[in-house]
Amino acid sequence: MEQQTMYNQPSTAGKFGEFGGRFVPETLMSALHELEETYNSVKSDPDFLAELNDLQKNYNGRETPLTFANRLTDHYGKGKIYLKREDLNHTGAHKMNNTLGQILLAKRLGKTRIIAETGAGQHGVATATVCAKFGLECTVYMGEVDIERQEMNVFRMKMLGAKVVPVTSGSKTLKDATNEAIRDWVTNVENTHYIIGSVVGPHPYPMIVRDFQSIIGEETKTQINNFEGRNPDYIIACVGGGSNAIGIFYPFINNPEVKLIGIEAGGYGIDTDKHCATLTLGRPGVFQGMNTYLLQDKDGQISEVHSISAGLDYPGVGPEHSLLKDLNRVQYSSITDDEALDAALQLSRLEGILPALESSHALAHLKYLMPNTNKDDIVVINLSGRGDKDLNTFINKIKF
Amino acid sequence: MSKIKNTIEQINNDGKKALSVFLTSGFPTIDKFLYNTNRIIEAGADLIELGMPFSDPLADGGVIQQSSQIALQNGITQKQTFQFAEQIRKCNNTPLILMGYANTIMQYGKEQFEQDAINAGVDGLIIPDVPLEEFDDFFSSFSDKLDKVLLTTPTSDNDRIITLDNKSTGFLYCVSVSGTTGVRSGFDDKIIENLKSTYQIVNNNKMLVGFGISKPENIKQLSPFADGFIVGSAIIKSLQNESIDETINLIKSLKHACEV
Repeated sequence: MEQQTMYNQPSTAGKFGEFGGRFVPETLMSALHELEETYNSVKSDPDFLAELNDLQKNYNGRETPLTFANRLTDHYGKGKIYLKREDLNHTGAHKMNNTLGQILLAKRLGKTRIIAETGAGQHGVATATVCAKFGLECTVYMGEVDIERQEMNVFRMKMLGAKVVPVTSGSKTLKDATNEAIRDWVTNVENTHYIIGSVVGPHPYPMIVRDFQSIIGEETKTQINNFEGRNPDYIIACVGGGSNAIGIFYPFINNPEVKLIGIEAGGYGIDTDKHCATLTLGRPGVFQGMNTYLLQDKDGQISEVHSISAGLDYPGVGPEHSLLKDLNRVQYSSITDDEALDAALQLSRLEGILPALESSHALAHLKYLMPNTNKDDIVVINLSGRGDKDLNTFINKIKF
Repeated sequence: MSKIKNTIEQINNDGKKALSVFLTSGFPTIDKFLYNTNRIIEAGADLIELGMPFSDPLADGGVIQQSSQIALQNGITQKQTFQFAEQIRKCNNTPLILMGYANTIMQYGKEQFEQDAINAGVDGLIIPDVPLEEFDDFFSSFSDKLDKVLLTTPTSDNDRIITLDNKSTGFLYCVSVSGTTGVRSGFDDKIIENLKSTYQIVNNNKMLVGFGISKPENIKQLSPFADGFIVGSAIIKSLQNESIDETINLIKSLKHACEV
């Protein structure tokens, strides 16, 4: 009985229920098959795992701490709040968990050139970092709007030796950077590996990125059981493409007592047309290689979306989140730009931790959740990144 | 029998190659679109690929991307594209193929889409983001009234080309080079070798070569390894920058190269 209800996704065809798949031009199919075969052969290969574990520990600084947020807990006076400190990864966000895994895959595939897309610049920096470490050529596509609001990350990528290509099509943000990266890949697929930064795109990417990010949830499970002797009652994570969220959720999916909450970017509010609340307000469609929930008009043209946080500014979402929504395994809701800013300031003042704007969306949900918790409830927030990269935005938006 | 296949066969039987022209629906303007299309057919286009504009066209290079953007700004809708198809069909019998992306069909509703396409006189579909792996699932509700043209590329191995050839109807679209649509400087030996070998494997369908075909010289060079050619970006570029008469001259010169 137990076996039948176990969650085990995706199917061999790369489907998460009806979602996912491989909706890409024929040119990329051989590369996707090759990537899948290589990944399946290395994922249980002791040499590959030993090399990855060594990098995670001695280069990336894992495991990351699970910090008890005592003042934040006192502030609400209800359940206990813990922070999973992905902000303490090398380069400042969870993105390294994935790029380290994928650069090792690229080596196994014999590729000499790496491309990536980036929104907030965290995935771009994480990709440029591993390319520097492994001596591979690196090109990062980034929307012009994001280049402006994340200029420090652009400079970091350049210092790390990457070429940053500004993308001027469409909304000039993450979606358009992803289109350009895919077009580059179609053109240079023979020598190039595309390191996708989130659990999006065609199979096998949503699966591979999820697996590499799952280290977040695996560590959390061990740590919280050491502290509290049991699993948490709630886990909260922000969702753009959804990689940090899947990373912390995935090892708990078969633990039904753990309530999983995904927070999307509500922008100016979900009653306006300036938001990225894809799972809250979108409907299924095909975009960037996958069937998933999308923000789109009635003809299926993809919407121009908005979030104060460049990393959440995306009209699609990973296909596994679409399935988890339909299964009601994860509850998704949204937080506005202003609420996220307040939460960033609150965590800085109460815990001495300056969070990324993305992670601030997850933090902001506490004000809705905590009043409904009990003293003995345990809440874990995935603090996916640190806020240094957002200083430009903070300076413009916060007045002292 | 497929009207598309039949048309190409007849042209080949006369010792000529077929010329298929891609046009973005609603570009350069809604008003000019039909007039331009009819003149392009008169000038010698054997097949018309009617592009359904999509906001995020992954398989397309800059020229067609931009034309889609302009068409969308012009207010083009899928309903209007079906009306264009119907009006083109009223004036002549040239095979019409809709080319675009999966999401357009999904959001229109697959069954309604097929019905409206058939009613408008459309003969086939080319949907580059529905590859072999997604084909059966995606088109499960479709009858065989519309041809579904599959694409083969330089990264498709021989076994896969045979499968694509068996599955494709109307013709097999051979993408000359890895990359997006758009004008290229020329075709090197490796590309030629690859086309030659693909052309030998393809038995079930006529094979039309596209991507990077922009001038008569391209057609002359590749003629031994193709049953016809597809021109897109070069025409769109001409429609954007030049008078329609210049575009017609380009079509005529391409047509001439197909007939030599």
